[in-house]
Amino acid sequence: MNVLHFVNAFFSDGSHWHGYDGIPARLAEHIRYSLLALGLAAVVGLPVGLLTGHYGRGGNALALIATAGRALPSFGLLVLMFILLGFGMVPVMVPLVVLAVPPILVTTYEAMRSVDPSPVDAARGMGMGESRVLFQVELPVALPLILSGLRSAAIQIISTATIAAYVSLGGLGRYIVDGLYQLDYEKVVGGATLVAVLALVTLGVFWAAGRFAVSPGVRRGG
Amino acid sequence: MNRFFDIPSDLQHSWLGLVGLHLREALLPVLAGLVAALPIAQLCVRFRWLYAPVLGVTTVLYAIPSLAFFVVLIDYTGQTELTVMIPLAVYSLVVLVPAIVDGVRSVPQETLAAATAMGLGPVRRYLQVQLPIAVPAIIAGLRVATVSSISLVSVGMLIGNQGALGNLLQDANSYHRPELAVNSVVTTAALAILADAALVGVRILLTPWMPRAARRGGPGPAEERPEPSVPALEGALEDGPQALEDAR
Repeated sequence: MNVLHFVNAFFSDGSHWHGYDGIPARLAEHIRYSLLALGLAAVVGLPVGLLTGHYGRGGNALALIATAGRALPSFGLLVLMFILLGFGMVPVMVPLVVLAVPPILVTTYEAMRSVDPSPVDAARGMGMGESRVLFQVELPVALPLILSGLRSAAIQIISTATIAAYVSLGGLGRYIVDGLYQLDYEKVVGGATLVAVLALVTLGVFWAAGRFAVSPGVRRGG
Repeated sequence: MNRFFDIPSDLQHSWLGLVGLHLREALLPVLAGLVAALPIAQLCVRFRWLYAPVLGVTTVLYAIPSLAFFVVLIDYTGQTELTVMIPLAVYSLVVLVPAIVDGVRSVPQETLAAATAMGLGPVRRYLQVQLPIAVPAIIAGLRVATVSSISLVSVGMLIGNQGALGNLLQDANSYHRPELAVNSVVTTAALAILADAALVGVRILLTPWMPRAARRGGPGPAEERPEPSVPALEGALEDGPQALEDAR
């Protein structure tokens, strides 16, 4: 009840809806950081995952890289990069990308490996080249799993992007960090609620993307 | 570099002390998460309709940023280790429940039937058949939970220096000693990798029946694919030649 009371107080305060520290501005910043990080991670993770999965090589190396990426502490990396590089976007992007690459990489690889080999053989038998097999057969079949990897990466990015506020950047973490130092409980709870809602909306977006992009033949319950 | 292990006295711990503290703050929650996840997962396996809502709730919990979770808990448990450990236990739970459910569900039906035919009751069947077969999936979940738990403890620094090795980050900032931040990151990563390797070792010990060159990828629905050998063929013979083609 306590927490709900604070949520209500935060969102009904009109001053929280305007200006550079208003909810729309912070939300936009948060989404910008998250999209940038997810985009960078996808640019790194997807092609590598697709190719290694397609050729079935380098699974162990991928697992090692993924373990190393998971092992690096996001928060420590953020502070270290901040100390070394100073204020800016790069110190925030490094930990977020390091956080997001392992799930994308591993899931994409697993998704490509788990594609039923018989349609792939059939496609080869029909004379498809490697790139057409990859993009017209394997990728559509593997898409649901690949999307689930991107989804878990996106959720982790959204929840972790809050730490950007610790190194003086914006985003929804601003409310949480400011609230912590100003002993303003309402702000913390409000910020956390916004992040959780953003994560839920992201889940919805990925669900819709799955409905839209996954071919009906592949979309059997499982 | 000779000041690398020279920990400022305000942390009241040696480097090894911080490592011990870090491991305690990271691993106890994973253990608690595992203890809580086993019965929850079993309920989800038994009552299928329960799984979707449980997944929904755990996804929402996972979306709450650790820092916000810590700060909200300060009101209840103060600036203590417990405040760091409760969210970590919840995150572990969230990772472990689907892993265990997938693992237990991947046990083939005929294996369960054989166990029942041998006279095993539900409890012994669970402990001696389902759990051992689910070990690879459970360990895969434990690896993710453990590694992320070790990484997240550092954030505890923000709530009254409860972050063990993460506390070095604060000191690196205030004393202008970047090597302390390097120490924190490298030591935390090393702990995570060692814990991960230890879990792989446990997996190999617990599953002598698995092929040695087992895949080492992360967890995922793709990891546990039941072999479609015998039942598929049986069905195929009944369904005619077309299904036999499918079974191949």
